[in-house]
Amino acid sequence: MSSYTLRLYVTGKTPRSEQAIANLRRICKEQLQSEYEMSVIDVLERPELADDERILATPTLIKALPLPIRRVIGDLSDVEKVLLGLDLRRIEPVEN
Amino acid sequence: MDEVTSVAKLETGIPGFDLIAEGGIPKGRTTLVTGTAGSAKTVFAAQFLAEGIRRFNQAGVFVTFEETPDDIRKNMISFGWPIAMWESERKWAFVDASPQPGEEEVKAGTYDLGAFLARLEHAIRRVGAERLAMDSLSAIFQRFRETNLIRHELFRIASGLRQMGMTAVLTGERIAEYGEIARYGVEEFVSDNVIVLRHVLEDEKRRRTMEILKFRGTTHQKGEFPFTITPVGGIIGIPLSAIELKQRSSNVRITSGIGEIDEMCGGGFFRDSVLLVSGATGTGKTLMVTQFVAGGVSENERCLLFAFEESREQLFRNANGWGFDFAEMERDGRIKVVCEYPEVRTLEDHLIEMKRIIEEFEPTRVAVDSLSALERVSTLKSFREFVIGITSFMKHQEIAGLFTSTTPNLLGGSSVTEAHISTITDSIILLRYVETYGEIRRGVAILKMRGSRHDKVIREFTIDSNGMHVGRAFRDVVGILSGQTTALPTTDLERMNKMFAADEQL
Repeated sequence: MSSYTLRLYVTGKTPRSEQAIANLRRICKEQLQSEYEMSVIDVLERPELADDERILATPTLIKALPLPIRRVIGDLSDVEKVLLGLDLRRIEPVEN
Repeated sequence: MDEVTSVAKLETGIPGFDLIAEGGIPKGRTTLVTGTAGSAKTVFAAQFLAEGIRRFNQAGVFVTFEETPDDIRKNMISFGWPIAMWESERKWAFVDASPQPGEEEVKAGTYDLGAFLARLEHAIRRVGAERLAMDSLSAIFQRFRETNLIRHELFRIASGLRQMGMTAVLTGERIAEYGEIARYGVEEFVSDNVIVLRHVLEDEKRRRTMEILKFRGTTHQKGEFPFTITPVGGIIGIPLSAIELKQRSSNVRITSGIGEIDEMCGGGFFRDSVLLVSGATGTGKTLMVTQFVAGGVSENERCLLFAFEESREQLFRNANGWGFDFAEMERDGRIKVVCEYPEVRTLEDHLIEMKRIIEEFEPTRVAVDSLSALERVSTLKSFREFVIGITSFMKHQEIAGLFTSTTPNLLGGSSVTEAHISTITDSIILLRYVETYGEIRRGVAILKMRGSRHDKVIREFTIDSNGMHVGRAFRDVVGILSGQTTALPTTDLERMNKMFAADEQL
């Protein structure tokens, strides 16, 4: 059983940021149950963390674990794409 | 709008460029630098920051979208720009936006480049930057396919940079040397100012040029200006007309090293004039060069000779034959002889190197033997620019110049060299073979002497172990200049004399 480490980078408390955070929470709850760890990083407060990951676009979601690392850009409103980006579509059929 | 106030300029420090830009690039604005692959955009961007640090102690931020910061550090160290050191001194900061290999980005919803802008601001604050370089805008469009969104974001970033008072150079990729300003057709709208770097293949030779397409609200020189990239120092622009404007004109006469020639010229050459000596092979051009140099030494001047046709040994042996000891003069530091094959470098690089040697040796006379040899390694356009460049540089320093040009035909005619540069030089001296009654003699004529009276007669000259001796006029021959010499019978001569005499009476 692998647990997920997810980091969401946003810029400030804009509607788009709030949207992305809400979307991610919902997807995690529905798809990952409790096996995930999620942090939200405000790039305006911690720009050096965005430097470390060479992030240009916000919101950006990084799946640090399990490997391979995956990135998803956008407010995460397209759930299908988020699942694709997090490799969740391929894992699910195997576990079922 | 605050367009009423004139736009201030920021000196880039890139040699030659600021003259073309009439002071620099618009301060506190963004300037787009576009060019095809290999047109030196990245060098321009990096040099903009490097010169800012070296010359003006202004810190800079480099945003890279293509190469990694490590690649840039390595590539630029050869130009003598210690980026890593500057980073540790907080004069240079990178914003690394280069693509991460193997990490795909999936797009799931709307986004903006807020993180990028935040990182820009962070880097600018961290080093207190006044300059910013972004290489390249086109790469952003490649990364994020949503052109409209990216255009909108770039406008936001450009206005953000403006608010922070940044003077920024943004590069853009072009597909062709002439055509669309940049690949995505939108890069130019992000910026009020556009510079184009070109790298054109012409007659199998590469030619680099820079052109300022527009500077909003301020002036600049127009047209393409050649530039070169030197291994130490990067881009050097060659602003021709910019130098030309500053020329002074001197009335001081100097000796040509040949008394009779001085007389024919009305008392010698002018101090800051550039002369062209044209003649077929063997007519005595190198001799004139030798006497010009020796004449300078006899007046306690410092003379520099660039020889592109003969070896040092040949030159020194010839000079010895005419009674001039070049080896001793060089030992005494009176003259300097530089012998090189024209093919060792491009003409643009020759110009830079010759200027460097002139600045180092500080001569009052410079001779180039011959221009025709240099013409072989360039296109006509480059050649003309070279002659203008070296001529205006020498005039600016009040150096007397003597250039030689070899005509392709033994008798008469003119060379391509002359046709293209005769208007640039102040004076032209022709050396010609003259065929008379089955005999080859030599003739000399002053074709042009700007700002002075001169002898209009074609005179015979001879060469012996003391050099050149100018004698009487060729009175009985016509067609020397065209090479179709015809001896005139005495009766014809008399008739012609009468004809002109009759004219004068009218």
